[in-house]
Amino acid sequence: MTPLLQVKGIKKHYGMRIGCADVSFDLYPGEVMGIVGESGSGKSTLLNCLAGHLPPDAGQVIFDTRVDGPADTVTMSEPERRMLGRTDWAFVHQHARDGLRMSVSAGGNIGERLMAVGDRHYGQIRDRAIDWLGRVEIDESRVDDRPTAFSGGMQQRLQIARNLVTGPRLVFMDEPTGGLDVSVQARLLDLLRGLVREMGLSAIIVTHDLAVVRLLADRLMVMKDGHVVEGGLTDQVLDDPQHAYTQLLVSSVLQV
Amino acid sequence: MKKDEAMIELSDVSKSFTLHNQGGAVLPVMEGAALKVAPGECVALTGASGAGKSTLMRVIYGNYLAASGRVLVGGLDVAQAEPRQILALRRETLGYVSQFLRVVPRVPTLDVVAEPLLALGRDRAASLDKAGALLRRLNIPERLWGLSPTTFSGGEQQRVNIARGFAYDYPALLLDEPTASLDVQNRETVLALIEEAKARGAAIIGIFHDTGARNQVCDREIDVSGFTPGQAA
Repeated sequence: MTPLLQVKGIKKHYGMRIGCADVSFDLYPGEVMGIVGESGSGKSTLLNCLAGHLPPDAGQVIFDTRVDGPADTVTMSEPERRMLGRTDWAFVHQHARDGLRMSVSAGGNIGERLMAVGDRHYGQIRDRAIDWLGRVEIDESRVDDRPTAFSGGMQQRLQIARNLVTGPRLVFMDEPTGGLDVSVQARLLDLLRGLVREMGLSAIIVTHDLAVVRLLADRLMVMKDGHVVEGGLTDQVLDDPQHAYTQLLVSSVLQV
Repeated sequence: MKKDEAMIELSDVSKSFTLHNQGGAVLPVMEGAALKVAPGECVALTGASGAGKSTLMRVIYGNYLAASGRVLVGGLDVAQAEPRQILALRRETLGYVSQFLRVVPRVPTLDVVAEPLLALGRDRAASLDKAGALLRRLNIPERLWGLSPTTFSGGEQQRVNIARGFAYDYPALLLDEPTASLDVQNRETVLALIEEAKARGAAIIGIFHDTGARNQVCDREIDVSGFTPGQAA
């Protein structure tokens, strides 16, 4: 099986400071990988380098494209990378406002991504928008409301619908459940798990919440000071951590 | 797989814990562990509390990383395998009924139990039917099926856990105290489920503090004290 994503030696410096360094891994179709570490450990820098939002100083991010097979997304042209961002890739931001157009209706937010890949039939676009609102448990009657009129949890679910409507194969998520209250978090986690299973998505999820990765991620990478200090099967890394930092991280979780 | 071949085979497995944040103390907990379980066989792990029964079980499931040795389950060396290989093994081959139920909050009990089947892409209606049949056998009233098991009593959660572990016919099964905290009737049901799994050829490793249950379903016993470092086997 060809990996969906091959990351080789990714490095990003901010002046003299290390953002992230020497990160390499393969992600296979259907795999969900969590990246954990405290704030400042380089996990968001890495995610942004992988998703093409930040140019890495060195390294390759090779994606198995539908048409041309494996291609290095770091060196591909900007239009090609943008096309990937609209079709096979999706990016779920921590703050839904960063991933939504706040002055456009909920239906319009979902429909925009469809139009970006060439859909033109208004009725069909609206039907698919309504179908996706239903999948993320937002009532159809809200299709013409702007996201400003939505709660934080609804905005996050709308952002997910907008991202997944074009059937991407790889989803990047930056703290997808951060800032949501726990009951909304639980519902979102269940929703994401279902979508990942039904659509066979691969995902890379950055979070500092170990409970979230335990439920969502198949495997885990632990980062500290820009470096990956440990990786492996999620429950193995959490239940039998090998590195000093991971042990500290796991033992610092408050018991409910 | 031929009939005489072992489904689960461990050779020279060792395990130690290094506590980096407590002065780097190294605790060797297991050394030279070896065992073989054939299809259709049920083997009990015995030994005093703290002897390493659950640790050994977790090493077999890939939850703990073996320090050395081979842990073959259905031909895959769990000690060396990639995460995705272990996950495929857990989906298709190796089931594990732990003592504690761990689920996504708010997911209905029926879905929790059907999950192993759904994860294999089985038909949803048939999977839910199978889940319902198991819950009924284990005396979980139908009015609770739509609720999340997180609100259930300890005994009910244990039975939901068992139902989930038996929803799919795993070729290999690990059972950690499956009859603990069960009443007589449910205990009989669980023992019957184990007998049925053996009859269809599952290789089973179990921890049973309940001696009667152990004698009824287990073909052999392995005393894990023999794997404790610094002690003669």
